[in-house]
Amino acid sequence: MRFKWDYDFVKASKYFYIFSIALTIAGIISLAVFKLNYGVDFSAGSNVDVKVTKNVSKQEIEKVLVDAKLYQKDVLITPGTGRVNIRFPEVLSPAQEATLKDTLAKNVDKSASAEVNTVDPEMARELQQNAIYAVLLASLGIIVYVTIRFEWRFAVAAIIALLHDAFLVITIFSILRLEVNLTFIIAVLTIVGYSINDTVVIFDRVRENMRFAKIKSHADLHDVVNKSISQTMTRSINTVFTVFIASVCLLIFGSESIRMFSLAMVIGLLCGAYSSIFIASPLWYGLKGLQKNVKTKPSKTTT
Amino acid sequence: MKRIITFLVVVVVTTAVMVGTTPSLLKDINLGLDLKGGFEILYEAQPIEAGGKITKDALQQTAKSIEKRANVLGTSEPDVTTEGTNRIRLKMPGVTDENVVRQKMKEPATLTFRSKDGTEKKADQYNKIELYGNEFAEGGASYHPDQLNQFYEVSIKVKDKSKLADITKRLLNKELAIFMDDTLLYAPVVRAVLSDGTASISGGYTKEQAKDLSDKINLGALPLKLTEKYSQSVGATLGQLSLEQTLRAGIIGSLIILLFMILVYRIPGLIASFTLIVYTWLLIAFFYFAGVTLTLPGIAAFILGIGMAVDANIITDERIKEEIRSGKSILSAVKAGSKVSFRTVMDAHVTTFIAAAVMFGLGTGAVKGFAFVLMLDLIVSIITNIFFSRYLLHLLVKGNIIKSPKMLGVKESEIRAL
Repeated sequence: MRFKWDYDFVKASKYFYIFSIALTIAGIISLAVFKLNYGVDFSAGSNVDVKVTKNVSKQEIEKVLVDAKLYQKDVLITPGTGRVNIRFPEVLSPAQEATLKDTLAKNVDKSASAEVNTVDPEMARELQQNAIYAVLLASLGIIVYVTIRFEWRFAVAAIIALLHDAFLVITIFSILRLEVNLTFIIAVLTIVGYSINDTVVIFDRVRENMRFAKIKSHADLHDVVNKSISQTMTRSINTVFTVFIASVCLLIFGSESIRMFSLAMVIGLLCGAYSSIFIASPLWYGLKGLQKNVKTKPSKTTT
Repeated sequence: MKRIITFLVVVVVTTAVMVGTTPSLLKDINLGLDLKGGFEILYEAQPIEAGGKITKDALQQTAKSIEKRANVLGTSEPDVTTEGTNRIRLKMPGVTDENVVRQKMKEPATLTFRSKDGTEKKADQYNKIELYGNEFAEGGASYHPDQLNQFYEVSIKVKDKSKLADITKRLLNKELAIFMDDTLLYAPVVRAVLSDGTASISGGYTKEQAKDLSDKINLGALPLKLTEKYSQSVGATLGQLSLEQTLRAGIIGSLIILLFMILVYRIPGLIASFTLIVYTWLLIAFFYFAGVTLTLPGIAAFILGIGMAVDANIITDERIKEEIRSGKSILSAVKAGSKVSFRTVMDAHVTTFIAAAVMFGLGTGAVKGFAFVLMLDLIVSIITNIFFSRYLLHLLVKGNIIKSPKMLGVKESEIRAL
């Protein structure tokens, strides 16, 4: 597989900037208006996953709940193949949990096995806060390292791309009303790691090309960035392809409990590859262009 | 020739070691609750007396006594950790009946030894608290048959000898009742003044009764009051199903990746596939030795870690292709390609590692666990996908096995003439 990428990434970047800024604004609005669709991890209640060997209808479960005096207003029952999810808005007491399990075994399916999650939302919120805090400070660590190994402009561009990716995934989850639970937080952390890895690889090539390039004008700089992106394009595509395959396999064949995680990963991966190429690299170009010794000359058409 | 033999020996030995050790590694790896089934409770501790403070010591003490209690339940390796300033997390793999756990954990809220002070209205009332459970020496209680070998008695030990001496002197031939919260357990009579801090309690107990009493005394009273904050119980079957599904997904994904690598990069791709397998094996071995408990998101992160490892190989192999295309000989292309890509991959790995290390330092719970696995991922990836890959590839190139650019996945027509 070999690709020729004679595309002016830098020139096209303004459209991608607009696209990303628009998405970010949409994200801010969506988060402000709709917020995130927090799962049971973030709202008090009990989430019961029951594994059954036969198909069970919603009505059957409802009847069981009413009979066992466990019925709550707004209880959510989602039957699926081989399993039923029951979500109680009020936390079940240990005794109620036991009653539920007994009744299910007695009235629905002898071999029913249930997974009960009782959650104090405070815990999830704390983990969320902890994750945000950890990502922000990890960004500082990245800035320090990249500034030492490369230069500060790379660091700034990489961090913007990283935060962009994390925020974009959150935005998409907010807009599509996908459920956010604890594993989503882990997925966002993974995306952050992937995004930085992806960006650094392209920046490394920019740095290498800068070493041999004689930069006299913006046009030269422009060329270096385009050249670096196209030289690493095959790698970017191959890597995204393989990691994408791994995530899609998890999404399709993986267990129900990590479905949202896999979905977040798939989205994040695409965002990560997109931002390294169309956001981070042009951003670096923009920052570098502000440097005094790079004279502004009318830019020639690039090849 | 020598290099080819070295190559074969390395590959065969590594494969043999992997094949030989993998079954036992997989068997002994700790699986988290979500995979194995079990029960998890998060407690929040509060001082028993109002206005009291929770010290780190008291929290750890409480965690210890919880662990002891969990051990008494006879489950496999309960895991008790303190979190933050006032939380204790208890994980009990394999426990399916959480009611028993809850009962047992809550039960010895306060163990007291009490006597009558004259204000009692009923025979089984004892109003004066003489000793608290936490005044007993840790693990000091034991049970054994009495002298006649007819019944069982319980030996106890207190921390403050003089206090026990005082009490036994005052209560000689009177009852010293043992209470769990407000429930009377036993009411033995003090038979002698005890000055050495030890005593034995006898009262015609059966073996079971004696064991129960000594356990309860050993568990003592909790230094802190615990309230259940969060609990999760996972049916083992469900966990098993999740594990199988996730593993199957991982295997399918990995196979596609390996196939892709071999098709696109040929010999280097083959080596990459081999080192990726070694990477997976080494990571599992690390998990084993570091005692990492695998959880579902952990496995997912692990499979995705393979993605990052693939990237390292792709960067190197792609770079070698590029060098070949620019007209270099195979040997110098492999040398130059490995050298240049080494820096790229290292920078990417180190940057990610720094991010992971910061997350590990600041994170709690799942964030910390994730960061830890990520750090392991990166270290193992550097060992296998940079150094080991390069070593194997160099052996093959120098051994003159790779003769045409085709074997590196480059078409002759793509090569620029010098």
